[in-house]
Amino acid sequence: MTDTPQAVEVNCTTGEVTTRPLTAEEIAAQEAAASAAADQREAAEAEDKAKADAKASAMAKLAALGLSADEVAALSA
Amino acid sequence: MASTYTLISSQVLASSAASVTFSSIPATYTDLVVRASARDTGAGTTAWLQGKWNTSTSGYSETYLTGNGSAAASGRVGSQTVWGASGYISSDAAGNTASTFGSTEIYIPNYAAATAKPQSVFSVQESNSASTGVIISSMAMLWNNTATISSILIQASGTFDIGSSFYLYGISNA
Repeated sequence: MTDTPQAVEVNCTTGEVTTRPLTAEEIAAQEAAASAAADQREAAEAEDKAKADAKASAMAKLAALGLSADEVAALSA
Repeated sequence: MASTYTLISSQVLASSAASVTFSSIPATYTDLVVRASARDTGAGTTAWLQGKWNTSTSGYSETYLTGNGSAAASGRVGSQTVWGASGYISSDAAGNTASTFGSTEIYIPNYAAATAKPQSVFSVQESNSASTGVIISSMAMLWNNTATISSILIQASGTFDIGSSFYLYGISNA
């Protein structure tokens, strides 16, 4: 059995600290937000990797055409 | 000398918790600063912080710059239901070296002004490992809402571990 996640609330005016279980709606909202962020990160990282792969491929093709390593590096700077 | 940087409230978790809320924040300061040192109980080496101002579920956007030592990225997410929607306000997680915590600062200027609320975020995850768990992110966030910020919800992507700590400061113009 999994314990229900807890929410801690600090009242900044009174200093009172309250701990209570999250409601089902709060759990669902938190899980949805975390899942959406995971998807966002995964998509962003895949896009960045695709760009890096395309750049590496282009650099390799330039090298195959006869450009020196310094010339390829100058183009990619 | 005027006190310009005042601790309003803090919370150091003695038990794990999914979220921490600072409520009934006085509107008497000029700016707010949230500082967090957080670790998540979730498996893996990556976790993050998200949250809401005033329990609002709309109007959040952020532009981020992030890097992990081998790759850097920049991007933007808009029209979100929480802040931290990009997932780049990092905390350490259970897969990282024991007792390592990610550090975050959120600066909220003019939180009581009747204008939209731009904020700056700086977040670092360092796991005392040569190969994994290092992320540094800077972010420009916006909450497109004119209400005074009177409560701050900070939620984990999983569950905040024991020892995670959260501090809310008020900045007053001298």
